[in-house]
Amino acid sequence: MKASGTVFKYGDNVDTDVIIPARYLNSSDPKELAGHCMEDIDKEFVHNVKQGDLIVADKNFGCGSSREHAPIAIKASGVSCVIAETFARIFYRNAINIGLPIIECPEAARGIENGDEVEVDFDSGVITNKTKGTSFQGQAFPEFMQKIIRAEGLVNYINQKE
Amino acid sequence: MGMTMTQKILAAAAGLPEVKAGQLIEADLDLVLGNDITAPVAIHEMDKFTAEGVFHKDKIALVMDHFVPNKDIKSAQHCKCVREFACKHEISNYFDVGEMGIEHALLPEKGLTVAGDVIIGADSHTCTYGALGAFSTGVGSTDMAAGMATGKAWFKVPSAIKFNLTGKLSKWVSGKDVILHIIGMIGVDGALYKSMEFTGDGISSLSMDDRFTIANMAIEAGGKNGIFPVDEAAVSYMKEHSKREFKVYEADEDAVYDQEYTIDLSALKPTVAFPHLPENTKTIDEVGEIEIQQVVIGSCTNGRLEDLRTAAKVLEGKKVKKGVRCIIIPATQRIYLEAMEEGLLRTFIEAGAIVSTPTCGPCLGGYMGILAEGERCVSTTNRNFVGRMGHVESEIYLASPAVAAASAVTGRISAPEE
Repeated sequence: MKASGTVFKYGDNVDTDVIIPARYLNSSDPKELAGHCMEDIDKEFVHNVKQGDLIVADKNFGCGSSREHAPIAIKASGVSCVIAETFARIFYRNAINIGLPIIECPEAARGIENGDEVEVDFDSGVITNKTKGTSFQGQAFPEFMQKIIRAEGLVNYINQKE
Repeated sequence: MGMTMTQKILAAAAGLPEVKAGQLIEADLDLVLGNDITAPVAIHEMDKFTAEGVFHKDKIALVMDHFVPNKDIKSAQHCKCVREFACKHEISNYFDVGEMGIEHALLPEKGLTVAGDVIIGADSHTCTYGALGAFSTGVGSTDMAAGMATGKAWFKVPSAIKFNLTGKLSKWVSGKDVILHIIGMIGVDGALYKSMEFTGDGISSLSMDDRFTIANMAIEAGGKNGIFPVDEAAVSYMKEHSKREFKVYEADEDAVYDQEYTIDLSALKPTVAFPHLPENTKTIDEVGEIEIQQVVIGSCTNGRLEDLRTAAKVLEGKKVKKGVRCIIIPATQRIYLEAMEEGLLRTFIEAGAIVSTPTCGPCLGGYMGILAEGERCVSTTNRNFVGRMGHVESEIYLASPAVAAASAVTGRISAPEE
């Protein structure tokens, strides 16, 4: 499985309040949430994002609230993968549980700029920056998490187990 | 190799003699929590399970606290969805308007969280119950749904950072200043994926309310959980509030920690976190002249009785400065009542503050105190991210109830001594 698209690049500590502000949490509809994704940090994001695009960020992406609305909004906006130096732990769990692909890779976070064309091979974990002609090795998930991802989320994984 | 306090609780809940940092385990849950924002998403996920029903109707807590009394039609729809779910599954710990309080103040008060428990909550501040010696951590709605359906959750066993607390806090210095100091020291990702284990002879001088505040903000350092040893004060709190049996775990003497810090409580000063991260801390003497337009005293971090008593001590016989809006939010109905009986509410109202029914309200920019462009607020809440309390060009300064109340009187960020 591969993801390929244009990169939206952000810095350290992108929190869940800027990914999806709480003023929109009176809804849990993915499409409605996607309409406000990243609004408080990047007003142009929702107008420019295309199906398959990627978000790349530095340290501690998704810190703050436990709101699953954050990865839901990102996924529903068409983003195919989030790459970061590190993720906040609740965001990390939530992304895996809802089937939004994420990869921790400090080298890629440093070597990719806003607007670069990037391709990710989920099987090998290789991240290719097609604009710059460079590539990086992302960290593989532990076997257990790969099973959840292959089942396309925690609920399906539990259903399959039973 | 020895285990940390957190590791011991997780090993017992997983039915294992021993666990190691990094190990993936499946643990039995004592409580699964959700609120009016996160539970509707979880309830929707519940429909996808092939198995029907919930694992235990007494081990689920649903607290309507973020946007209640409902601020608009959409939030009313959310509460209705949770109310119907609670009714259908006969959830005994469903708390709606009239009984509700801010979840992390309410559940310990109701005796639903005790030492040795393994608790997940679809709210990041679920780590609060570590003050009682429980393992508790925030998760998302899908984890909550899986927890409600199966009574189990998967965890990666965390490594830990040890904070050795010594000495005693000075007057006007509180648990809030301790945790802001720590976050300023290690950063908002300083404890990422890790336990924050508090220990040392300084703990005996910390009130339970101080400990709840400290454990509550472990997440603001990226921590998986924050946890305190179970001493006499914790035992007496649990006996007063709960009929449940509790189990006391202690870290092994040869437990391994990633880092160890010693903090002399007597050296700490009132501390303020500047916009837009809780790690941007300054002590009160370094703050400078910062005018403010709003003060919020409340939230799961600082809406407890002791917080209100401190605020009242500062506001007694004083007036909130003209041009400043001071919003005080007792965290639960019981705290509200106790504050009324102690005369604290009279002090607040006579000072020109307002007192609200329990709600998370302004903390997350829901309602009850939204900031306009360019406005500044001193708040006893837990996050000062961009746009958290309103306009993206507004600013939040995190502080203790004492500093917040003093700032309400002067109209600028001020030390309680002023």
